[in-house]
Amino acid sequence: MPDVLVVILKAVALAFALLTAFAYMTLIERRILARIQIRQGPNRVGPLGLLQPLADAIKSIFKEDIQVSAADRLIYTLAPFVSVVCALTAFGAIPGGPPNSLFGANPWIFNLDVGILFVLAITSMGVYGIFLGGWASGSKYPLLGGLRASAQMISYELGMGLSILGVLMIVGSANLREIVEWQYANGLLIFFQILGFATFLVSAFAETNRTPFDMPEAEQELVAGYLTEFSSIKWALYQMAEYINIMTSAAVMSTLFFGGYRGPAWLDAIIPGSSEWPLVWLILKMAFFMFLFIWVRATLPRLRYDQLMRFGWKVLFPVALLNTMLVAAYLAFLPGYSYWLLGLIGLFVLVLGLALSSRRAAAAQAPTPGGD
Amino acid sequence: MGIEYANVLIMLLVAGGIGALALIVSALLGPKKGTRTKLMPYESGNDPTGTARERFPVHFYLVAMLFIVFDIEVAFFYPLAVAYGKLGAFAFWEALTFVLLVLVGYVYILKKGVLEWR
Repeated sequence: MPDVLVVILKAVALAFALLTAFAYMTLIERRILARIQIRQGPNRVGPLGLLQPLADAIKSIFKEDIQVSAADRLIYTLAPFVSVVCALTAFGAIPGGPPNSLFGANPWIFNLDVGILFVLAITSMGVYGIFLGGWASGSKYPLLGGLRASAQMISYELGMGLSILGVLMIVGSANLREIVEWQYANGLLIFFQILGFATFLVSAFAETNRTPFDMPEAEQELVAGYLTEFSSIKWALYQMAEYINIMTSAAVMSTLFFGGYRGPAWLDAIIPGSSEWPLVWLILKMAFFMFLFIWVRATLPRLRYDQLMRFGWKVLFPVALLNTMLVAAYLAFLPGYSYWLLGLIGLFVLVLGLALSSRRAAAAQAPTPGGD
Repeated sequence: MGIEYANVLIMLLVAGGIGALALIVSALLGPKKGTRTKLMPYESGNDPTGTARERFPVHFYLVAMLFIVFDIEVAFFYPLAVAYGKLGAFAFWEALTFVLLVLVGYVYILKKGVLEWR
């Protein structure tokens, strides 16, 4: 059956595209971090350092694969594998264009009616890889790192799951392609769901263990967290899973809130057909979010662990729930109204919340100097 | 729709194949000179003491249990959210009742200090 062959081909192409993108994202991240800190970044291996990822990959493959004597053999090998498989699979749900726009094939691997739920479900399976890896390592720092990671990721998953409910209610579908087409017809959801987007963005940072929430790794406190005992390709697989998860959340954010693969309709008047360039818009939007991840990493300090858990449970969860109920009330009692009013209400709540979380409240929670 | 789930399986297999390939290639190519000290678990240059799979604070269990409870709440919300346009104001009051019931539990755990990390 040629259909199956096409899907296999697309799956292999997507997987290799993600691996290449991962490799180059590490390079781009190092270069941008360097630029932010007024230095050059890797620029020796190849022009502009473009061969650096290749050199890193070859090095990590030829490294000795150390397996600590106290490690649980099977789970120690399986954990990074689980992480990377979940990360790769989740991306297949992201639609990259209208049907048949990829040389006559559909620019996605699978288009499920429960699309966004599938992405959330598979990416959260990555928690297993991290926790089991930390547990199986047979060393104390990985155990702590794995525990922290799993508690953090499941806590922020709540906020993530709740923050997309507003989108689902407005669109009336969980299918990612329908969400994109709805936005093309009615306007980007970021305008109507700014509160939902804010909570989703924060939980995406925490879900992918990025600064300011990179507690599981926290190399100054926990050595390298769950990664401590991993070497060669297993370590690389974990890094791969992390970066692919970043790309997936960037793609999900662009799809849910920023119109996904569709460009702005008004641009069609200037450059005809530009709103339908397959993949171009999606990649541009993803690039923006990936840059945001790197930018935040370079500029924000890490939270303390208790602050992190308190924020997830006491701020993010109630705010996401509030957003859900706001949208529900709006849709139930003002059915005919424009969604712009809803967007304004969300913006108002967001600004109010930011104003209320004053510096004084933060100072009150900080440990007193000399105490403890 | 069934065919789409077959595609999910294909993507899983491809991803699994790539992961397995990476593990096998690296296992074949790298040097294998394990010595006793090299294979020792990391412990800041000291000899490891005790097992590394110790008991850990009960907080982690509590967070996991609360996650299960509240994630089930979220799971109940999804079908309601997707069908919300067809249900109208009555669905809102039902959802509000449900949320308030869950919030009672939430306030209880807040007051109990379950979410406080010293």
